Amino acid sequence: MIEVEHLSKVYNQRKAVDDITFKVEKGEILGFLGPNGAGKTTTMRILTCYMPATEGTARVAGYDVFEESLEVRKRIGYLPENPPLYHEMSVKSYLNFVASIKGVPASRRRAQIDDVMEKCSIGDVRDRIIARLSKGYKQRVGLAQALLNNPEVLILDEPTIGLDPKQIYEVRTLIKGLAGEHTVILSTHILPEVSMTCSRVVIINNGRLVAMDTPEGLTNQMKGAERIALLVEGPREAVREKLQAIDGVLQVQAEGGDGGRPVAFTVECKLQTDLRKLIAQTIVSQGWGLLELRGVSLSLEDVFINLVTQE
Amino acid sequence: MHNILAIWRREMRAYFVSPIAYAVLTVFLLLSGFFFYSMLNYAIQASMMQGQFSAPQPMDVPGMVSRSFFGTTSVVLLFMIPMLTMGLFAEEKRRGTIELLLTTPVGNFQAMMGKYLASLTFLVIMLLGTVLTIGALFLYGNPELKPILGGYLGLLLYGAALLSIGLFISTLTENQIVAVVLTFGVILALWLIDSFSSSAIGLTRDVLSYLSVIGHLDDFIKGVIDTSHVIFYLTFAFFGLFLTYRSLESMRWKS
Repeated sequence: MIEVEHLSKVYNQRKAVDDITFKVEKGEILGFLGPNGAGKTTTMRILTCYMPATEGTARVAGYDVFEESLEVRKRIGYLPENPPLYHEMSVKSYLNFVASIKGVPASRRRAQIDDVMEKCSIGDVRDRIIARLSKGYKQRVGLAQALLNNPEVLILDEPTIGLDPKQIYEVRTLIKGLAGEHTVILSTHILPEVSMTCSRVVIINNGRLVAMDTPEGLTNQMKGAERIALLVEGPREAVREKLQAIDGVLQVQAEGGDGGRPVAFTVECKLQTDLRKLIAQTIVSQGWGLLELRGVSLSLEDVFINLVTQE
Repeated sequence: MHNILAIWRREMRAYFVSPIAYAVLTVFLLLSGFFFYSMLNYAIQASMMQGQFSAPQPMDVPGMVSRSFFGTTSVVLLFMIPMLTMGLFAEEKRRGTIELLLTTPVGNFQAMMGKYLASLTFLVIMLLGTVLTIGALFLYGNPELKPILGGYLGLLLYGAALLSIGLFISTLTENQIVAVVLTFGVILALWLIDSFSSSAIGLTRDVLSYLSVIGHLDDFIKGVIDTSHVIFYLTFAFFGLFLTYRSLESMRWKS
């Protein structure tokens, strides 16, 4: 649905986007992850035909964003970083204006506006002036605007910014619900958002694409070892020796345990091994108290920090 | 066409919900009304004086008043027109709504025309407001209709030309104040060319007096509709719109 090939954008000799290539299949939700200033917004602006690329091509629904910009613009819904709102208008008249410039036929406008207002839960402020709305409402009016005319492709630049936790949850659910029928690209620097909503993640840093995979794939790819956390009541050094002796254990770290308190261990094991059962047996058979045992998975946060600091 | 209409409608609404429209309308009508009143006074006194010292000769008081009314109104418009155009693009850029306009299927041309026509409509509303003032002449006198209609047509064309310059300048900045000051400066310069031209000689003089936006208004006010003046204003407006269009296109590249 979206094909980006060797895309670059240079601003005053600074490369904001540097040779990015990726693809988004129909119905997918792609998360665009990166620190501030990584080039997320620039890439989105190129995809929405707001600005041309310096090099490379981008196609949306088979149309080139530069050559066939009008066809692309008919098929996308775009929520920029700052929602593009006319502050003097009421929510309803604003949506009506956007619907008309997006070419929604007059007969279907009303139904569509009611529909997007319901989806974004802004029906209760339909007659309010946009300038007087809270940040959360403004953000959702911006989102409603992007959904008008039921675009095939949605490009959302930080859609949950400025929302409270409940609204964030609602908007994420809404975006998830769009998958399948719509193709969505959303940018964010909130990591849980990506693992919760996106089917695939692209991480960019300093304008370059540093990783592209599913959220699970990324965490798997990045971890060098399986980790198990333990809380054991027993003699620190003896426990450590026993653990170290288990086949497949790479390293054992111990923490605490002074004055007879339980000791926390972190055991690193070879990849693709599950030693939890063996470890539990070892400890219990020695008569020590096994208070806690859990597998530690690398969070997307760790992956992200790793990738971004590696650069 | 339907996009132009949508943009036009939004701009008209924006004019009338902001205090700018009311301030501009009020000041414009007050000033033009005041000048009308003082000119009427002057003309009446002049005709009375003339009657005292010599045998009364027919004097065209309404004609005098309407002529100088259109002259001064054109100057008042000079100050008002930058206010009508300052926000048209500058405000979209500042608010970020330009990102909406440029990513929906609205073309640059349609966005430009919608806005231009809205400013032109506002100008018509301003001019219609003065019809009441001029109407007073018909109530108490018997003025010739032709110079008045010519005057209105002239002011409309003159305004259309200046609005296109304002629209262009509004695309250059995201600050309304900068837009208003620059527009005013350019318009004033085009107006002052008239006085420069009288001190120049030869070809320079001809060129300068041709460029003077206000010089082309004289014949309209006298009730003479000369196509060369009409063409001057239309060319001027077309040129302003052409610059606007170009500037909008280049905005994509610069942003």
